[in-house]
Formats: sequence, C-alpha cells, structure tokens
Amino acid sequence: MPVPLSHYLTLAAILFTIGVFGIFVNRKNVIVILMAIELLLLAVNINFVAFSAYLGDLAGQIFAIFVLTVAAAEAAIGLAIVLVYFRNRGSIEVEDINLMKG
Amino acid sequence: MNAAMIDLAPALPEVFLFVAGLVLLFLGVFRERDGLSVVNPLVVLALLVAVVLTIGADKGPVLAFDGHFVFDDFAAFLKVLIYVTAALGVMMAPAYLADARMGRFEFPLLALFATLGMGMMVSANSFLALYMGLELQSLSLYVMAAFQRDSTRASEAGLKYFVLGALASGMLLYGISLVYGFTGTLSFDLLARSFLVGEGAAALPAGAVVGLVFVIAGLAFKLSAVPFHMWTPDVYEGAPTPVTAFFAAAPKVAAMGLVLRLLFQPFGDWAGQWQQVIILVSVASMILGAFAAIGQTNIKRLMAYSAIGHVGYALVGIAAGGVAGVNAVLVYMAIYVVMTLGTFACILLMRRHGRYVEGIADLAGLSRHQPGMALILGILMFSLAGIPPAAGFFGKLYVFLAAVDAGLVWLALVGVLTSVVGAYYYLRIVKIMYFDEPAEAFDTMARPELQGIAAVAAVLVAGFLLLPGPLLSSAEAAARALLP
Repeated sequence: MPVPLSHYLTLAAILFTIGVFGIFVNRKNVIVILMAIELLLLAVNINFVAFSAYLGDLAGQIFAIFVLTVAAAEAAIGLAIVLVYFRNRGSIEVEDINLMKG
Repeated sequence: MNAAMIDLAPALPEVFLFVAGLVLLFLGVFRERDGLSVVNPLVVLALLVAVVLTIGADKGPVLAFDGHFVFDDFAAFLKVLIYVTAALGVMMAPAYLADARMGRFEFPLLALFATLGMGMMVSANSFLALYMGLELQSLSLYVMAAFQRDSTRASEAGLKYFVLGALASGMLLYGISLVYGFTGTLSFDLLARSFLVGEGAAALPAGAVVGLVFVIAGLAFKLSAVPFHMWTPDVYEGAPTPVTAFFAAAPKVAAMGLVLRLLFQPFGDWAGQWQQVIILVSVASMILGAFAAIGQTNIKRLMAYSAIGHVGYALVGIAAGGVAGVNAVLVYMAIYVVMTLGTFACILLMRRHGRYVEGIADLAGLSRHQPGMALILGILMFSLAGIPPAAGFFGKLYVFLAAVDAGLVWLALVGVLTSVVGAYYYLRIVKIMYFDEPAEAFDTMARPELQGIAAVAAVLVAGFLLLPGPLLSSAEAAARALLP
C-alpha cells in the first residue's frame, strides 16, 4: 500500500515544529540549537521530495539537493561562530548569551 | 537548452564579480602581510566595474540560465544601487579594521561575495535562484558579523544573527516547499501565468497562500521588519561599526527588491492575499521603530531602530501597490541608503584617545569642536526625521501619497504620526550636538574617504529638491519594468 502524500506532509510539519521549538524553548546549549536548525531543513527536504514524487516533477528533488548543500555550508559556519564565541566566553549556555539585551 | 548555448551576457556583472572574487582571494592569500591594503581597493574597483557593466547591459528584459535569472530595468536600478553602496561600505572599512587589529583581507572579499548574492537576489526569477542568492548573501554576512574574533560582543552578535537567520531561512524554505507543492512550479513566470485572475481561472490553492505567508515571514527577517526584528539592535550594536554600516545599506535594498519582485510578479494578481500581511508588518515596524528608539543611548542601537522604522515606511509603498507604490519604494530605499551611509561615516569618525566611542552623549557640544561634522550629521538627522526640504521628507511624501491614492488613508496617517514621534529622537541628537555642554573633543583624523562620503551624502540629501530628475525617472522605468 503506497503511503499517501498527507502522511509525509504531517511528518514534515511535526519535524518543523519540533525544530522551531528546539530553537525557542531550549534553555541549555547552543549545540542543541544547531541540531534544531538541521531538523528544520530536513523537514523541508521531506516536503520537497514528497511533493516532487507526488507531482512527478524533478524540480523538487533538485531543490532538496541544493538545500542539503547549503545546509552543510550553514552548519560549518554555525559551528565556526559557536567556536569563536566559546573562546571568548568559555561557555555555550544559552542563558549566558546576554551581553546585549534585545 | 543545450549546455553550449547558455547565454551568460545578462549575468555579466555577476560573472565578473565572481571571477574577481576568486582572483582577489588568491591575491590576498599570496600577499599575506599587506593583504587588506591591496585587496580592499581592488574590491571597490571590481564593484564599480560591475556598476558600469550593469548600466551598459541590454535591459531587455532578458532571461538566462533556463529562465532562472532575469535582467530588466528593475534589476538594473537595484543592482546599480546595491553595487555602489557596497563599494562605499567597503571603502569605509579598512582604517577601522586596522585600528581594531583585524585588518585581514577576508573582510572585503566577504563583502564582495555578499554583494554577489544580493545581485543574484534581485535578478532571481525562480524560487531556486532566490534561495541560492539569499543564502550566499546571508552566509557571508554571518561571518562578517562575527569578524572581530577576539571581541565577546561581536561573536555574540554573530551567534544571534546566525541562529535567527537560519530560522528565517527555514521558514522561507518551508514556505517555498508549500508553494511548490500546491502550484507544481518553482518558476516565477509560470506562477504568474498559471493563476491569472478572471473567469474560469484557477484560484490560488490555500496551501500556496500559507506558503506565501511563510515566505514573507522569512523575507521580513532579512528586512528586519517587526515581528522578525529581534536580531537587529543586538547585531547593529555588537558587530564592528564598518560591518554595521555595510549591513544597514546594501542588504536592505536587496531584500526589498526581492520582496517587490516576488509580490508583484508571480503573486501580483493576488494582492488581496498578501496585502493584509504587509500592512500588519508595516504598521508594527513603524510603531516599534518610533517608540523603541527613544530610550537608546548607543547610536548604533538607535540606528537599528531607525532602520526598522524606515523599512516600515517603505513597506507602506508595497501595501499601496501599483507603479506609484513600487516607484515610491525604490525612491525611498535610494534616499535611505544615502542617509545611512552618511550617518555611519560620521559614526566611524567618533574616536577619542584612539578608542572608538558609540554613545549618543559623546556627541555633546560637537558643534564647538568640529562644526563641519556637526553640520553634516545635523543635516542627515533632519533628513532621517523627514523634515523638509531634506530628501527624507520626499521619500516619505511619495510612499504616503501612493498609499492615499490606493485608498489606504489610515495607513498614511499612522506613518505621519510615527514620523512625528520618530522626529523626537533624531532632533534630540541635533540638540545634543548644538546646545549641550561640550564633551571632550574627538581625535582629529585624516580620513578623506569617510569625510568625503559624509559630505557628499549631506549635499545629496540637502540638495535633493534641486535635481531629483535622474533618480525619479530611473525609478519610474524600474517600476514600469516590474509591472508591465
């Protein structure tokens, strides 16, 4: 029995929501935020591939590959920035990121 | 299309910038000792060459890369604006970078690649091109925000900008995936043609409308519009001043251009679906920009709230729509970047005993020690406040007129009221400079590039009334290219 499109979309929506909550509710550690960002992008990829298969159109899968590539670059830059931050503050607790109040 | 037949001519300025970036990267690596002083002028030169190439190119409109890339009068107007402001932003940087012991050649190159991304953004004709341009810009800007590696504030600014920027990219992508899934295409041309308004035409599916709202939310972040503005004050304050100056000008123009193209071309017939969202964002930005800036003591933070407010005013033009609305937004953005660059050139001149200061109180009595700089900053503040006859007044006048013509009188009224509130904190700076007890004088510095940019910006802003012709006519041509 083929899995209907709505199942994929629901899964992607759930993953996306977890990702957003991971960024906002998380009070512990910046690495968890980086993981949540990856989760966001992967949820989007599930959407793209599911729609692509459903529509019989390749553009969505190509887009998913572009997203994967950009996500790799984004993770590299994110980790580099976290590293620079850790060297200066000696901590990556989310609650310590408060030099400027905004 | 056959690979051998790909026509690169429409993308010539971007191809040139890309090749120049790679060559200068090599040059910088081999000249490690004096890398910045060699690479920085060459990056400025490359950006100016790109301006010439953009002006000289055929503004068809022409498509390239299988319809993913478009070049027309609209893209040309924004690209000239972006490349010129980016060149000026890069020109302002090296003296500060050297003073702060971060004179590394990567800085102008990151700015160059970010600018390349901005050029791709305003020429994007499909969601794929939009995403790639936006990410090239954003990834370069994340690194620039954290460029001062030994500063806790700068790295905190970079971290905040990265996390919120990545969230915005995620929302944008989620929106794109929904639009793609419910319409079956990523191309702006196909989207515009598939959902024409009229008898028997297909309605825009509900899923695509939800997707569009996600896309607008993602782009509102890049514009620093409320409610996605949280990063702006912290990043403006924490990042090194030349980076803030760069952030405040060219990326705003690029993001605004992208929003304009997206809303008026593929979704132009569906103004009813997005107009409410834009109005909401615009009103919230104008109000927050006016009230939150009042209590600020740091001038960079003040400029952040000022930027939020100005984006709100520009969005009024988008909400109004039509050629008049688009025209008003383009004129507004052009005037805004001139005012911003001039103001940041002045901020970069605020140095006392070899240390850069950023407090508004540090400007006290500036007119006594440096009457020229006080006059320039005063003119710029009058213009930012929107007091005639400065250029800022006319920028606001055009967007509000467009809103009134479109029947959005109350929106124009909110704009006028928030400008009155906003005028308070701009004029307070003028008052502090001219009437407060003088603080210690700033160091006298020979920085001809900063003094020149500030003076030219003040002259342009004050003399806008005398010759507005070229700006108005090219903005008009750009608006007509967007809305044929």
